[in-house]
Amino acid sequence: MSLLQVEGLGISFGGVTAVNDVSFALDQGKIVSVIGPNGAGKTTLFNMISGVYLPKSGKVRLDGEDVTGLRPDLLAVRGMSRTFQNLQIFQEMSVLENVIVGFHMHERGPVLADLFALPGSRKRARAAAEGARVLLERVGLERAAEREAGALSYGALKRLEIARALAARPRVLLLDEPAAGCNAVETEEIDRLICEVAKTGVAILLVEHDMKLVMRLSDTIVVLDHGEKIAEGDPAVVSRDPRVIEAYLGAGTTEALHAHG
Amino acid sequence: MRLSPKQSTLLVLAVLMIASPFFFPSNYYYRVGSLVFVNAIAVVGIVILTGYAGQISLGHAGFLGIGGYACALLPAHFGLPPALAVVAGAAISGAIAYVVGRPILKLKGYYLAVATLGFGVLVSMVLANEGWLTGGPDGIKVPDPGIRALLEQVGIELTNPQFWYAFCGLVLFIGAWLALNLRESPTGRALRALHGSEVAARTAGIDIAKAKLNAFVISAVYASVAGSLLALQNRLITPDVAGFMHSIELVTMAVLGGAGSVLGGIFGAALLTLLPQVLTVLQDYEHVVLGLVMMGVMIFLPAGLIPSARRLLRGRGE
Repeated sequence: MSLLQVEGLGISFGGVTAVNDVSFALDQGKIVSVIGPNGAGKTTLFNMISGVYLPKSGKVRLDGEDVTGLRPDLLAVRGMSRTFQNLQIFQEMSVLENVIVGFHMHERGPVLADLFALPGSRKRARAAAEGARVLLERVGLERAAEREAGALSYGALKRLEIARALAARPRVLLLDEPAAGCNAVETEEIDRLICEVAKTGVAILLVEHDMKLVMRLSDTIVVLDHGEKIAEGDPAVVSRDPRVIEAYLGAGTTEALHAHG
Repeated sequence: MRLSPKQSTLLVLAVLMIASPFFFPSNYYYRVGSLVFVNAIAVVGIVILTGYAGQISLGHAGFLGIGGYACALLPAHFGLPPALAVVAGAAISGAIAYVVGRPILKLKGYYLAVATLGFGVLVSMVLANEGWLTGGPDGIKVPDPGIRALLEQVGIELTNPQFWYAFCGLVLFIGAWLALNLRESPTGRALRALHGSEVAARTAGIDIAKAKLNAFVISAVYASVAGSLLALQNRLITPDVAGFMHSIELVTMAVLGGAGSVLGGIFGAALLTLLPQVLTVLQDYEHVVLGLVMMGVMIFLPAGLIPSARRLLRGRGE
C-alpha cells in the first residue's frame, strides 16, 4: 500500500465543482507533481489533502489510515507537512525562530515548565535551536539565522518555508509552487533541495508551474484540467499525451512540455 | 559579557524599582508606585495574551474583580488567610478563564473583543448587584494580610505604603520574569507563531485552540493577582475595579507601551498611571492633554513606546 493515497477526492464551492473525482498514490521517496492550467484546481486539491478544506467526496489515506479532513495540526502529528503558494512566514520572528517553530511537536512540553524556565524546558528549546541551525545550513540560510524573517528575499523565504516544513520531520511533504517567483539560481537551489529531501525517503507532492523543474524531478505527473484528472504517468508519457497538450495550448508551455523529449 | 534581552529587561526593571524611592519626597509616592506595579502586573498578562498570541480581551478587568473579591469573601466566609486567598482567587480566575475561553476563543478579531467585553460586563454587574454577598456598589472591606506585622517581628520596619511598594514590586518582578521565560520557550513561541500565521502554526503541529486557551488562562491569573493586591492594599474593593473602563485602560497601557514587549507593557502602565497624577496641574485640560499624548504616541510610535525606542536606537547603532 502507498504511503499517501488520494481516492476520488472532490469538492465544490457554491455549486461549482472545483475538483472532481481525483485519485492518485504517492510512495516513500518518490516525487509526484500535480500540473495543470491556472484554475485547474491544483491548490484546492492541496488544501483538501492538507486538511484546510473538507472534501465533499473521496478519501485521503496516510499510511492506510483515513485522515480525510483532519485538522492540519493532527496531520502534522501523523507526518504530513506543507509549504504555501503565498508564503506563510512568521514575519515578526527571526529566521532561526521560524524554523524552531517547525520543531514544535518535538520541543513542546508542560506550560508550567516553560513559564519557570525549568532545565527540561530549556533543554528542549536548545535542542530545537540546534536542529534548526542544521536545517538552515541545508537550505543555505545559516548566515541569515538572526535576521528578521520579513527582511529576506522572496527566494530565501521559499527555502525558509521548506526548512520549517522539514523541521517537523514529515513523511509526506506537500510543496505548493516552491519555485514560483524565484530566479534561475534560486530555482536550481530548490531543485537540488527537493532531490535531496526525496532521497532521504520523504514522499513529495509538488505543485509547480516551472515545467522544466517538474519534468526533471517528477517520478509521476498528475495532470488536472477543470478539476478533473486528464492524465497520469511518467514525464515522458505525459508530455506527449494529446489531451495534455490540448489543455495547455499556450505555445510556450507546449514547447516546455516537448523540451523534455 | 553581553546581556540577553531577558536579562537586560529584568536589570532595567530592578534598577528602576530600587532607585525610584530615593527620589520620593513623601510617603504618598510609594502609594502611587505600588499602583503602577499593580496595573503593570495585569498589563504583563495582557502582553502575553495580546502581544504574544494576538488575541484581544476587553473584559480582563473582570478577572481583577474576581481576584479582588476573593480576598474579601474567602477570608470572611471560609476563614481563609488573606494571603492564601490571593492564590485561591488566582485558581478560581484560571478555572473561569478556562471555561469561558474554550467557546469564545474560537472567535476572531472584533467578535472576540465583543465576547470578552460581555464577560467583563457580566462580572461587574454581578459584583454590583448581588449586594447580599458583595456589598453592592459601595464595595466590601478586605482584611489585612498581616505580612507587614510579620516583617516587623523580624526587625524590618516599613510604613504601609513602603511595604506595598516593595511587595507589589516583587510580585511584578516575578511576573515579568515568568513572562520573559515564556516568550523564548516552546509554549511562548507557539503563541507568537499563531499570531503571525494561524495556518502555518497549525501546519507545524500547533494546536491553536489549546495554545490560545493557555494564553487566556495565564493572563487571567496575572489580572487576578493584580486585583488581589489592589484589594489588599486598599483594604477595600468596589465593583469599579472590574468595570469596562478598567479593561480598556489595561489594553491601552499594553498597546501604548508596545504590546509585544514586557518592558513596554510595564512602561505603558507607568505612563497611564502617572500621567493623570502629573497632569492634575492643568486642571480642566487634564483629560485633553492625556488624550493628545495617547494619540501622539500611537501616530508617531505605532509599535508602542519601547519597541519604537529600541528600533530608533538600533537604527543609530548601525
